[in-house]
Amino acid sequence: MRAPKMHPAAAAEPFVEAAETGVLVADEEGGGRSLWQDARRRFFQNKVAVASLVWLAIVAAMALIGPLVAPWDYESVDWSVLGNIREAGRPSIESGHWFGTDELGRDLFARTMQGTQISLMVGIVGALAAVVIGTLYGAISGYAGGRVDGFMMRLVDILVSIPYMFVLILLLVVVQASAFLQSIPGIQFIALFVGIGAISWFDMARIARGQTLSLKNREFVEAAIATGVRPFRIVTRHIVPNLMGIVVVYATLLVPNMIIFESFVSFLGLGVQEPATSWGALLNDGAETLTRGTLWQIGFPLFFFVTTLFAFFFIGDGLRDALDPKDR
Amino acid sequence: MTLLRLEDLSVTFPVARRGAWPWEAPDLLRAVTDVSLEVAAGETLGLVGESGSGKSTLARAVIGTIPASSGRVLWEGQDLAALSAGRRRRHRAEVQMVFQDPLAALNPRMTVGRAIAEPLQTHEPDASRDERRRRVGEVMEKVGLSPKLMDRYPHEFSGGQCQRVGIARALVLNPRLIVADEPVSALDVSVQAQVVNLMKRLVKDMGISLIFIAHDLSVVRNVSDRIAVMYLGRLMEVGPARPLIAAPAHPYTRALVEAVPVPDPARGAVRAAGLVEGDIPSPLSPPSGCVFRTRCPRARPDCADAPPALRPVRETEAACIHPIAEAAHA
Repeated sequence: MRAPKMHPAAAAEPFVEAAETGVLVADEEGGGRSLWQDARRRFFQNKVAVASLVWLAIVAAMALIGPLVAPWDYESVDWSVLGNIREAGRPSIESGHWFGTDELGRDLFARTMQGTQISLMVGIVGALAAVVIGTLYGAISGYAGGRVDGFMMRLVDILVSIPYMFVLILLLVVVQASAFLQSIPGIQFIALFVGIGAISWFDMARIARGQTLSLKNREFVEAAIATGVRPFRIVTRHIVPNLMGIVVVYATLLVPNMIIFESFVSFLGLGVQEPATSWGALLNDGAETLTRGTLWQIGFPLFFFVTTLFAFFFIGDGLRDALDPKDR
Repeated sequence: MTLLRLEDLSVTFPVARRGAWPWEAPDLLRAVTDVSLEVAAGETLGLVGESGSGKSTLARAVIGTIPASSGRVLWEGQDLAALSAGRRRRHRAEVQMVFQDPLAALNPRMTVGRAIAEPLQTHEPDASRDERRRRVGEVMEKVGLSPKLMDRYPHEFSGGQCQRVGIARALVLNPRLIVADEPVSALDVSVQAQVVNLMKRLVKDMGISLIFIAHDLSVVRNVSDRIAVMYLGRLMEVGPARPLIAAPAHPYTRALVEAVPVPDPARGAVRAAGLVEGDIPSPLSPPSGCVFRTRCPRARPDCADAPPALRPVRETEAACIHPIAEAAHA
């Protein structure tokens, strides 16, 4: 179990302090143990969460290094296997197609790694947007209170009520159809990231606001107000750091949701455009050839997709347990 | 010299009735009504009263986190409400507060050193990091904490130590007035005495005025030069500590004095007979006339007429139409 948190000098206070003017003596030098350090220790005791973290690190490392070591790149067609994907395109070490090839003879290992890069990036961008926009928006709304709070939160309510999938699809279609927009390099990615970032922060804003409402009546906030600390500094120094626990947990759980969301959009044929790919696009391709005896085309992307999502969820759970205020 | 002066200070809160429409006028909760008080430079004023008597609200009106509904708060003769925003912010450096729950008053994500340094950072932003650390270390030693503990977090401290940190934070700017809102009621009895003595010594050494709030008269009489007794948002009696306790003029003060536990059971039983019964009435609809009359053992019909003003009775001032004439327990 956890060691008692109280410092030995604190436990022995009445004795150490016997002399009224005496100065407490610490028996240990150096800094204190912050709540984050406590949480980290508890997190690392959670085996499933640590294993998930390790797996996530492996996936991320593969996504970064994989394309460099793979004998094929993700867009070149291997003409020697074309027409006989079922036999020649199956996964093998000799041919250099470790995960086999897709229906067009492109190397599936390189494509899966490239798709992993895109999907992780989408997840992280979505979560970051949620953390930055959502936390600040919610904290400011909750701290301001009254009419400002009412206005800011009704605005979120209205935005939430818009069918975001429809808006995102519309955005991507417009971008695809516009010759002008297509002339901007990477516009498809940008549109995707903007679309996902724009919708991911609503729930975070609501969570942050709710927490802020309970935090702002705590005495340490009142102490800061009484001292004359300016409102924005109170939000950034006192409110937001105390929100971080719940924000980190929610952000970790948001990453897989964003990945699923992007996969769905790509599955529909929007989102990432050929030859670039993502997990959703790979699954889409794999699903189309499901009956042709090339199961590796869906198997490998699915494996990475599912295990990574599980890893994120387990990490989120582990963080929540580690940061749970009730256990503090 | 008068440092702080309250003139007919009232604080009311609008309370929406359950199920009321937004355009209906809310009920008014009268937390503090027509309180006039003075605090001299270097003086310690004890403020007592049971829960719900408006002590904490009064404290917050003094430090300015709750606005006064009517009346004035004068700081060295200047009306605080009339100050510009910048002047008022600077004024905040001169009045500091010590809170009831020592752990809740410290941000759990901040080291105690940073917590103590926050007022410095706010009011003397030009001070260098080293200068700040030096001053935080100094003030920590003053309250009996080793400066080595500067980089620790509040949850690593005991309640008494946290309250010392709270006191250090209040002292770091060398304020003129400290408002302590029940600073010891959350602490163990043995630690209470240490913290009370520490505060007493510090305000005397540094010449700081102190408003010391407690619901327990035995704690207050130990530190206070003068004592003010509140009930249901109004002042019942004000006066020098010794005569107020030795010979209370107001029946409510007497009830509080008698509620102080006595180590002698035989005497305690006799005194307990004089205790007031029942609960404090709702501040949403206070009784007419003298607010204490519903629980007062000496109430007469004329007590319901008008709220009595403070008037001198022997050495203290009491808001009572029928003050206790004799010196009760000498």
